[in-house]
Amino acid sequence: MDAFRFNRATTVDQAIQSGAHSTTAQQGAEVRFVAGGTTLIDLMKLTVERPKEIVDINGLALDRIESTPSDGLVIGALARNADVAHHPTVQRDYAVLSQALLSGASPQLRNMATTGGNLLQRTRCVYFRDTAHACNKREPGTGCSAIDGHNRMLAILGTSKDCIATNPSDQNVALTALEATIQIQGPKGRRSVPINTFYLLPGSTPQRETVLEPGDIITSVTLPAPAPGTRSLYLKLRDRAAYEFALASAAIVIKVDGGKIHHARVALGGVGTRPWRSLEAEAELQGHAVDAATFRKAAEAALKNAHPASENGFKVELSKRCLVRALTMSVKPV
Amino acid sequence: MAKHESDAEVDRVTNEQSAVGIDETKPLFGRVSRRSFLSHLGAAGIAATAPPLLGATSSPPALAMQDTASSVEGTVPVKLRINGEDHQLQLDPRTTLLDCLRENLNLPGTKKGCDHGQCGACTVHVNGRRVNSCLSFAVMHPNDEITTIEGIGQPGHLHPMQAAFVEHDGYQCGYCTSGQIMSAVALLKEPVGPTDDDVKQAMYGNICRCGAYPNIVAAVQHARRQA
Repeated sequence: MDAFRFNRATTVDQAIQSGAHSTTAQQGAEVRFVAGGTTLIDLMKLTVERPKEIVDINGLALDRIESTPSDGLVIGALARNADVAHHPTVQRDYAVLSQALLSGASPQLRNMATTGGNLLQRTRCVYFRDTAHACNKREPGTGCSAIDGHNRMLAILGTSKDCIATNPSDQNVALTALEATIQIQGPKGRRSVPINTFYLLPGSTPQRETVLEPGDIITSVTLPAPAPGTRSLYLKLRDRAAYEFALASAAIVIKVDGGKIHHARVALGGVGTRPWRSLEAEAELQGHAVDAATFRKAAEAALKNAHPASENGFKVELSKRCLVRALTMSVKPV
Repeated sequence: MAKHESDAEVDRVTNEQSAVGIDETKPLFGRVSRRSFLSHLGAAGIAATAPPLLGATSSPPALAMQDTASSVEGTVPVKLRINGEDHQLQLDPRTTLLDCLRENLNLPGTKKGCDHGQCGACTVHVNGRRVNSCLSFAVMHPNDEITTIEGIGQPGHLHPMQAAFVEHDGYQCGYCTSGQIMSAVALLKEPVGPTDDDVKQAMYGNICRCGAYPNIVAAVQHARRQA
């Protein structure tokens, strides 16, 4: 592991000032914030992340989970995954988020990992994580080892000729279906970014994953009030029943009334280069009858532009079935 | 900082050997452990050849903080509270909590399995909650109460979870065991359902290559019933 300077921030402004020295907030950042450390320290041990300075932000007061005046929820960026997952309001009003969090990592990791850190979780692509292999995300312009290599776990949606790495988070898929907004504070002040515009497609710049700029710090995630009568659910399919990333997953928020779907939000995990909101699936659901045919049409629409690589073609059908199954489960009478 | 008990043993035995011309290729008997013997050799070797290496790789006792100026460039002062005892340390910030416990503080009960948060062998408690100590820097914990397996119970005064593991033969090689026990003890204060499946679900962050899982689950359930 490269040597680094270590500092603790006692205020958000201090953190911003330290972070602003970095030339980028993306891959290659010279200054990194550390909260739980479960992604950063893992990658530093692999020399994939090589910050020269680390700013410990655990002392900042950003860990509250509170209702908003409009009956939404604010989740502090430093709230631990375990605390969010077990929070009574989350379990009651945003069940998909609790289910997604509890399906991921391990109890120990969930006690360490934070909401903000999970938003910024990095791909598990073996080539990204191994400096012996060419990787455009880790070292731009060196090539993508995965496209002609082992890509079973990698993406079929949002890929480019330069990168097919999946975003592995469960939390982010749930937050996408819940239409979360990410609150950011930076050198130029505060801004709110809908999660749907927070993540970038790899395109020809896979090293750029989010809209964050140097000095930016995520302070919280806000969720709108749950639409009345909606239910939500997360379904995760993977090689093992525990302690494993998704091959395909689906986050559903849905309201059914009089045999018709009145409110539908769909996000897919395990298959996209970013958490994959599917407006295509939603269009096939909204206003339609609650039956298997509707669900299948939605699944077909969601995966219509899937572009599998040599080893992950199975994900196209798996993801469709995952979505159909999730929808079926979400409308079951309680 | 007091020398480890068995370092004094090594000195004593080594002196005795020199005095009577004992063949050094023969094994040392008595209460000298391999760990203390190698540690003693390592410290002597390093002192002879290079400035002290702090952090992940070395074994000399932690430098006492005489004053606030760091004696080795790039190191950071931190006070850690482990098993109720305070330790003032000067650390290379790259030192993980795991390596600090094992190498700097002579608390080797916590094990290094994968060093990447994937096996749970390094599980300790930070403020009563179970975490993987391999994925945290020691310098991140100045205000935390850290509990290791050494702080859970002692021979003759076993924690009920330790006693349950013994009674139910919840281990084979023993390498994952301290992590399993630390995880299970923390689990006692978490919302976990009553069934064996619930326990498996709550313990899946600790893996066991020997496959002692059925007995581990039995031990945990036994301790839960007692609690």
